[in-house]
Amino acid sequence: MNPFRDPMSSDRFDSESSGVALAGDYWRRDGKPDALGTSDRVGQPLSRLDGAQKVTGRARFAAEFSFDGMLYAALVYSTIANGRIASIDRDAVESMPGVALVMTHDNAPRLNTAPVFLRSPNGAAGDDHPIMQSDRVHWNGQPVALVLAETQEQADAAVERLEIEYRAEPAVTDFEIAKGQARAPDNVLGGPAEIALGDADSAFAAAPHRVDATYTTPRHNHNAIEPHAVTLKWSREAGTEILRIHDASQCVDLTAASLAEVFDIDAAQIHITSPFVGGGFGSKTLWQHQILAAAAARVVERPVRLALSRKGVYRVVGGRACTEQRVALGADDSGKLSALIHSGIASMTCHNNLPEPFVQATKCLYAADAIRLSIEVADMHMLANTFMRAPGESVGTFALESALDELAERLGMDPLALRERNEPAQDPISGLPFSSRHLLEAARAGAERFGWSGRAATPGSRREGEWQIGMGCATATYPYMRMPGAAARITLSAKGATIDIAAHEMGMGTATVQTQIAAARLGLPVEQVTFRYGDNMLAGAVLAGGSQQTAAIGGAVIAAHRELVTALLALVTSDSPLAGLSADDVVCRDAGLAAADDASRFADYAEILSGAGRESLSVEAAAADSEELAHWSMHSFGTIFCEVGVSEISGEVRVRRLLGSFDCGRILNPKTATSQFRGGMIMGLGLALMEETWFDARSGRIINPSLADYHVPVQMDVPEIEVMWTDIPDPHTPMGARGIGEIGITGVGAAVANAVYNASGKRIRDLPITLDKLL
Amino acid sequence: MKWTINGQVREAEVDFRTSLLDLLRERFQLSGTKKGCNQGACGACTVLLDGRRINACLTLAAQVQGREITTIEGLSDGEALHPVQVAFVEHDGFQCGYCTPGQICSAVGLAGELERGWPSAVTKDLKTTDVAFDREELRERMSGNLCRCGAYNGIVDAVSEALGEEVRR
Repeated sequence: MNPFRDPMSSDRFDSESSGVALAGDYWRRDGKPDALGTSDRVGQPLSRLDGAQKVTGRARFAAEFSFDGMLYAALVYSTIANGRIASIDRDAVESMPGVALVMTHDNAPRLNTAPVFLRSPNGAAGDDHPIMQSDRVHWNGQPVALVLAETQEQADAAVERLEIEYRAEPAVTDFEIAKGQARAPDNVLGGPAEIALGDADSAFAAAPHRVDATYTTPRHNHNAIEPHAVTLKWSREAGTEILRIHDASQCVDLTAASLAEVFDIDAAQIHITSPFVGGGFGSKTLWQHQILAAAAARVVERPVRLALSRKGVYRVVGGRACTEQRVALGADDSGKLSALIHSGIASMTCHNNLPEPFVQATKCLYAADAIRLSIEVADMHMLANTFMRAPGESVGTFALESALDELAERLGMDPLALRERNEPAQDPISGLPFSSRHLLEAARAGAERFGWSGRAATPGSRREGEWQIGMGCATATYPYMRMPGAAARITLSAKGATIDIAAHEMGMGTATVQTQIAAARLGLPVEQVTFRYGDNMLAGAVLAGGSQQTAAIGGAVIAAHRELVTALLALVTSDSPLAGLSADDVVCRDAGLAAADDASRFADYAEILSGAGRESLSVEAAAADSEELAHWSMHSFGTIFCEVGVSEISGEVRVRRLLGSFDCGRILNPKTATSQFRGGMIMGLGLALMEETWFDARSGRIINPSLADYHVPVQMDVPEIEVMWTDIPDPHTPMGARGIGEIGITGVGAAVANAVYNASGKRIRDLPITLDKLL
Repeated sequence: MKWTINGQVREAEVDFRTSLLDLLRERFQLSGTKKGCNQGACGACTVLLDGRRINACLTLAAQVQGREITTIEGLSDGEALHPVQVAFVEHDGFQCGYCTPGQICSAVGLAGELERGWPSAVTKDLKTTDVAFDREELRERMSGNLCRCGAYNGIVDAVSEALGEEVRR
């Protein structure tokens, strides 16, 4: 099987005109793979089903829903990083035109602290700070007042006029100082903060070839183009208080559960919908703005819209922490690693639970005789850092993969050959077998397509006019996950099927791809399948994060599908061609069920339903536990290739070519997958060359809270990006697929840095690689 | 105050501080025009003012009274999409869809600029009125519209296909 045929063609997969069998127990050690993983019923480059809504402006986002009598909110943000509010002069503002409420800690209703993500089972919140409950200020930018007014203009004018005095107290706002008090976090994503295999320090000291370098990465902000917003309303329905929220969310269920704790109500009293989300990247979770808007709306008994300004997003919604990482590699003459040490410090607060896990990728990539990985955190007075696309791997691979490049040069080896030399046979830390690892195939095929053999081994030896040209590569990786909580409801009628699941569409293509998958499973045309999502009242709880959503939904639909087929077979009468068959004896095709071993035994869904006097049939089931993660080490892989030009005159770096060759299991829709990969890689270009949240070490204030000063890649920064994939199904996942949302950003920072070195001979270990560092 | 929006005369009494963007979104419920930064940095609010693209967030509603404004809602004809809209869907020129209306209005405005022979920062011969229609020009001219999902390649493919014929003739 040639895995690198034209990715837009799926002719190497089984033709399933005879129908698709029900998915097996893919999660068990000796389980059966999901038949859809090798079926040609998935893998079609279908255009987005919600495309027309998006290109016509009909797709409505959170700030675009209205309620009658709605008020507009604006926030005031603290200007100190630690201390107390001394006074607030509210009188002048309360009498301003249109102002309906000035809410501060003096008059805010009592609110419980929100449960923190990854610390509490209901946690969707970024931190555990009390919300407007006292005069305490915990970070520079904390909301200290909220104004409601009849119009946004009036609310905005009012917050400008609100005079607040503070009593500042000493604050830790300088990472260089905070580092001195670094501590080991009690956990890193639920695992230990330090992992040791053998005595890496002694092995490193004894190694004949060594690299020992420090790499630094700055803070980043997600900068989804849609700023966070909520439009919400409290009402009474049959005597029960209901909170209706239009949110921009990648976790509707967790948000409802968290808000229920904050407001001391039942989660069933909260209805959150989020049909379109204008980008999330880890940021569209629960932050103070939703809570403050709901609290204020309850006080004034009117609906409220709170749309954060771009600056407001930087003040209220956390970003990626800064890191300082050491990578020390020891190798023998052949390039075999005898020691691999990856350690360092990330900024954090005492109020959240995300030590930026920059050693995650290092856990699975290379075999080394001895390994030591450790993360420490430096507590600062700042807004809680949070998850941003590939937390850990994005910045961790910059350090690790730069160090590999440095070692390759020291050894006089090709960087790809060095990686190949250290390809592990099983997971280097856990010892588990890989569920499916084809990194080397991906790397080789990518190298060939890219023309890697044309790379000059000597830095600075290729030039075109003022431009020094170089190539670099780096490995990309991101783990497979399937989190608990997923469930799905399938409702089948003669007209088709509806799949309901509390999942999310933020642009990943979920709504389209899951429709394709469900249609393939049920043997229905895509037009007869409706996929409903983005509503906490729907079945299950699925987080759009950790690149796990596709697998999580897949697992839930597999379970519901089995339930549905079992229920359908229970409806058939003794004279039916399907009589006596069980779920594992049938396949789904042509809007009906057929015996797997006898195509003539067929009945369509309409017939089965009407025969039983049913209009429709509705079932709900929860996904199987993700036992597969206990049996295998499960990761996606890839290799990023990059060619840059570095101007000798200005130090400017232009990315001329970029290619990603990935091994992520089965690709379900080549069109939307290409966009996911490219999108991640472009965010990687931003990380490599321009993105940096400027955190003022004196005041703890973010001083570039705008898209004018925080640079993200624009059209002119981005070359045509080539993407290719192995398309080898993972036998132990739903649809044979692993997630693809985050892997694209990993490896890119190092691929660019390595290309810059190859072009100019300058090794930049401090992101972003701005031109001043190259002059 | 009065404006002609998508061919219809619309009237409203608005605060002198109201931007054209807020007028469209909050007063006329034309929420297809997006607010990404409200400070002219992202291009999500791009609309056409008398056929030329502008940032609606940097424009006061009062400032453009009596003028013709075309928004994303005015580009399609009922269910019939504008060729640029069709091409965006076909080439996956978006993911989340939030910057998309601005990208599309920008592309339509760009076609007019090329027809008028306006040069850009990458136009080699600044004296020519016959500007080349190539990817370099398109990428430069679409660089005022940020897309954080990173659909840039698809956007250029879409604009190139949809406007190629029209601009080259």
